[in-house]
Amino acid sequence: MGWLEPLLLTVITASTPLLLAAIGELVVERSGVLNLGVEGMMVMGAVCAFVVAVNTDNGLAGVIAGALAGAALSLIFAVLTVSMATNQVATGLALTLFGIGVSGVIGDGYVGIDRDPLPQLAFPGLSDAPFIGPVVFGQDALVYVSFALVFGVAWFLTRTRAGLTLRAVGDNHHSAHSLGLPVVRVRYLAIMFGGACAGLAGAYLSLSYTPLWVEEMTAGRGWIALALVVFSSWIPWRAIIGAYLFGAITILQFHAQGAGLGIPSQFMSSLPYLATIVVLVLISYERTRARANTPLCLGIPFVPDR
Amino acid sequence: MKRLLIAAAALAMTVAAAQAQTKAAWVYVGPIGDFGWSYQHNQGRLAVDKALGDKVKTSYVENVSEGPDAERVIRQLAADGNDIIFTTSFGFMNPTVKVAEKFPDVKFEHATGYKRADNVGVYSARFYEGRYVIGKIAGRVSENGIVGYIASFPIPEVVRGINAFMLGMQTVRPDAQIKIIWVNTWFDPGKEADAAKALIDQGADILVQHTDSPAAMQVAQQRGIKAFGQASDMIQFGPEAQLTAIIDDWSVYYINRVKAVVDDNWASDDTWGGFAEEMVKMAPYTNMPDDVAKEAAEVEAAIRSGELLPFAGPIYKQDGELAVKEGESLTDEVLLGMNWYVKGIDDKLPQ
Repeated sequence: MGWLEPLLLTVITASTPLLLAAIGELVVERSGVLNLGVEGMMVMGAVCAFVVAVNTDNGLAGVIAGALAGAALSLIFAVLTVSMATNQVATGLALTLFGIGVSGVIGDGYVGIDRDPLPQLAFPGLSDAPFIGPVVFGQDALVYVSFALVFGVAWFLTRTRAGLTLRAVGDNHHSAHSLGLPVVRVRYLAIMFGGACAGLAGAYLSLSYTPLWVEEMTAGRGWIALALVVFSSWIPWRAIIGAYLFGAITILQFHAQGAGLGIPSQFMSSLPYLATIVVLVLISYERTRARANTPLCLGIPFVPDR
Repeated sequence: MKRLLIAAAALAMTVAAAQAQTKAAWVYVGPIGDFGWSYQHNQGRLAVDKALGDKVKTSYVENVSEGPDAERVIRQLAADGNDIIFTTSFGFMNPTVKVAEKFPDVKFEHATGYKRADNVGVYSARFYEGRYVIGKIAGRVSENGIVGYIASFPIPEVVRGINAFMLGMQTVRPDAQIKIIWVNTWFDPGKEADAAKALIDQGADILVQHTDSPAAMQVAQQRGIKAFGQASDMIQFGPEAQLTAIIDDWSVYYINRVKAVVDDNWASDDTWGGFAEEMVKMAPYTNMPDDVAKEAAEVEAAIRSGELLPFAGPIYKQDGELAVKEGESLTDEVLLGMNWYVKGIDDKLPQ
């Protein structure tokens, strides 16, 4: 069993950025907005977190800066899609390109700088327990934050009035508007929350996962997070399954290669994406259930009194 | 009238001066901030700026993907009046040749390719010479003889590197093992870090990479094992981990070629230079015993002088077949199309 512990440790680190970005995007999509700019927000979060952390020599400041950077970029997205009712798909794509480009400019002088990764938390006594000690109790703070976010979002969406409002806005924004619910404000807040989560995911990448900055270091994880939201049929706890499944397959294929299992590596590289497609097909069989979860106004711009 | 003549003369002089300045452009497949392949090409371009000063005006376009966009970018650069254009990735081969046909007065240089024309030259570097040196170092420094190799794509260049590394390692440690992970990307710090961790967890105590980011070096530093940097000197990411790095140094080559354009004696050529032509360099040998460093420097010098050929026979393929007998060496043609492993590599080469 000695091989299981390091394997789980690497699976957790691989899955955390996906989970962070996915849970934020889940909230955004539940409010009816399709934000394709996740990749741009993630990479902006990564660069701003790294720049601030290097300049202040403080990891926490970096993490906060990353979240704020993601939120700031998503604010631009919100102004365009909510206040000006532009096409959400096009705006999201434009913001991804923008984010990738601007992050390259910001990070220009920071390529080649090395940092220590974020410290791992230590719960006295618990962290020393064999096996579950390091795996469950010895992770760095953002891993716990990702789980706290999932539980928080699940509780918020199902047990609070504000969550009910958000879901209503996502399912039928015209009815919600007629009832006097603040559609615009809800969507702004949801988008900024999603942007902050994507920024946090980016900060995790550049401060903990591989503590450095190189351009485009997110390498497409934002797009995977988008797929994960659909995979999870917009239910928070399913996002955990999706993120960890994806992370596990990515890690396992490396271990399989290293162990000389002889399965073609190109096939192994495509496994995570194949798994996502398989699950998408499976959940669409439970037709009514899957459809019942799709926010009905997803992607439709809200123009009152139209 | 006199003022008009002076103005005309001044205008003619500036025009002449502008025309005398050579324009050179570079096309990069990745960002110059990758601290790897494209970063090093850009360092070469900056060296040209420094060396040739006012005689040359350089520019670059980064992040050009290897598809239809590449042709558009190269065509634009040619139409903009550049005298020489360097396209720095294998996938730019066909777009380069296509544009070169339409612009016969513009000179093109394509890196790591093989298609030539009157105005298209090709160039690459014998990185495998560096791989042989690090293979020898790994053989000496590794405690358990298991090396982890993070490889990108199963193309001849990468396979050549693995084979050269293995041959170098086998000269000092015939029973050494190599574990290879194909990450199927040139650049993804996260994946490279994951692959590095997987290799270490499976027992490797030396890491080698053929990918572009310093992530694997960082993991090696964190886990307390040794590693080799790739394309750039990665010592600041692994102060106690880096043994050495294979550095792509394009400055000498680029200065020569641009100077040839300035002096008007450029001709299409096929350059495959290694240590001897200063196109491959090794980072300082660190974190190893003095005698290993000395031996490595000697091997490097021997390769540079031509005394030692990394692919000299006898070499056996993975299936036991003799690839080249004693006294001979693998030809460049065989090397360029290399798609087999040498004996001793316990991996199935993805086809």
